[in-house]
Amino acid sequence: MPDNTLMAADAASSPVCREFTVMELRRTGPESGSPAHSPVGPDQSHWLLDLDLTAGFPGDAGWTPGQFVMLRPVSWSFELLWARPFSICMLESGVLRLFFQVVGRGTRAMSALRPGDRVVAWGPLGQGFALEPETSTLLLAGGIGLAPFIGYARRHPQPEKLRLFFGHRPEVAEYPLDLLPQEMPMEASRQTCAEELACFVDDLERRIKEYAARQGLILACGPHPFLRAVQGLAMKHRARAQLSLENRMACGVGACLGCVTETTNQTLPVKVCTQGPVFWAGDVHLGGEA
Amino acid sequence: MNLAVEMAGVRLKNPVLTASGTFGYGLEFAAYGDLTALGGIVVKGLSWEPRKGNPMPRVAETPCGMLNAIGLQNIGVHRFVEEKLPLLPWAEVPVIANLYACDVTDFARLAEYLAEQEGVAALEVNISCPNVQAGGILFGQDPGQAARVTRAVKDRAGTKPVIVKLSPNVTDITAVAKAAADGGADILALINTLSGMAVDVRNRRPRLANVIGGLSGPAIKPVGLRCVYQVSRAVDLPIIGLGGIASAENVLEYILVGAWAVQVGTANFLRPDMAFRIAAELPLLLDELGVSSWDEFRGALRA
Repeated sequence: MPDNTLMAADAASSPVCREFTVMELRRTGPESGSPAHSPVGPDQSHWLLDLDLTAGFPGDAGWTPGQFVMLRPVSWSFELLWARPFSICMLESGVLRLFFQVVGRGTRAMSALRPGDRVVAWGPLGQGFALEPETSTLLLAGGIGLAPFIGYARRHPQPEKLRLFFGHRPEVAEYPLDLLPQEMPMEASRQTCAEELACFVDDLERRIKEYAARQGLILACGPHPFLRAVQGLAMKHRARAQLSLENRMACGVGACLGCVTETTNQTLPVKVCTQGPVFWAGDVHLGGEA
Repeated sequence: MNLAVEMAGVRLKNPVLTASGTFGYGLEFAAYGDLTALGGIVVKGLSWEPRKGNPMPRVAETPCGMLNAIGLQNIGVHRFVEEKLPLLPWAEVPVIANLYACDVTDFARLAEYLAEQEGVAALEVNISCPNVQAGGILFGQDPGQAARVTRAVKDRAGTKPVIVKLSPNVTDITAVAKAAADGGADILALINTLSGMAVDVRNRRPRLANVIGGLSGPAIKPVGLRCVYQVSRAVDLPIIGLGGIASAENVLEYILVGAWAVQVGTANFLRPDMAFRIAAELPLLLDELGVSSWDEFRGALRA
């Protein structure tokens, strides 16, 4: 099959679809380097995947943190049909780095990738986070929702204006916090039971209230219940907050209409892949059970 | 060889079209390839009024396929004509409007309005969408209803060819195909999705909020081939084949059993440049196989 080069690499805002080569896949956390089928279980292992983008992809200037890519290993044939969406964790020096957790069949299969394997990827896709260099900005990450904030903090011209509050259930060592700029203050908080979760929500409220009072910006990415909590608190305290949704997607380009969400200002459901994944907290209805 | 195909006055530069519901309004894919390199673009199903579609979740991945119960979410025919159609390169690639309605009167006014649009090359009538309870499934499962709705659309379509898209969820697809032909259809397209479902034993829930959805993707290609084969021998109308096409070889499989053209559907989700790649790959494969013309190859199955 001919490899049609569809878009020049310097076409800043236009997404591209190409085949890329896996450079490295490494497991993060205390059992780093252990095989994928370790006793830690399928929903616990976290991975950093590096792709060689020198074959052509928008460079540093061509993406916004919070945007995502669709990724599909060539070896999947048809058994796993859809590509999977991943936040861009880092896109620097011709390397696209994704940070993912094994949560199902697709990510399980991805954890078996090896250097030299080919993957099809398209992106950058969607609308990223607001970036206001002079505004005090609170980053709220839940678990694997840390991924886009690594890129956000690294791209921010004044990381000392940022503060990261990071809630997680697995051990903190699972997360590549060493990739975050040292100038950015951060706190990590682990929740392993309902009591700790309740304390975490109290902590969230205190911080959201504080940033609302000082006209700061709040950005959140994490599991659905986490986003619902942040949304509720942001509304309560009239904070300026953006949420990054991670709905299931088939295409990532606005065609399948599988990822839509209801909004407060549109009659028809909107496509999370193209009009999101980042939305202002007041604009979107987060349905479903907590 | 010359890849062009002409059916009922619609001239395609090659037989690779995109399937309704899998290619948006076309513009979503413009970043990934040259829309004018396609044989044609069939846009997302259009209703008279905008539709919100079904509750979430409304897509689910299945082995070699997927289920959907989108419920025909669309911006409505007027916004399509005003906002999308002018941006499509319709002078260089046929743009086919897919019509969806719940009664014959609605189908007729959709047909009348769309047939007046210069940028619309043909009308494809969805009589087979299985997702909306009050919807098209009744038309597609009953030969009398199918003939009636085809006639209503054809009467209002002026000079625009009418394509009737058939459901495989019937006992005898040739009976409905004949009814559509009797109703005045110019072209038949088949197959639409197969009715199906998927469930999760852990939470005891269906994977689609609508419970039942339409199965598509490579998993249904054998059913599509069988239906095209049967209909091509029963009805003397050009056929557009679809169902699980994901390569140039799959395109030729459908043409070998009798299709004149094909639509690439779910495979557009596997990678957004899929239809463009298939269109580019097709002449190479034809050369390799030594095919000299469509007339020589079409329906030439040695069965």
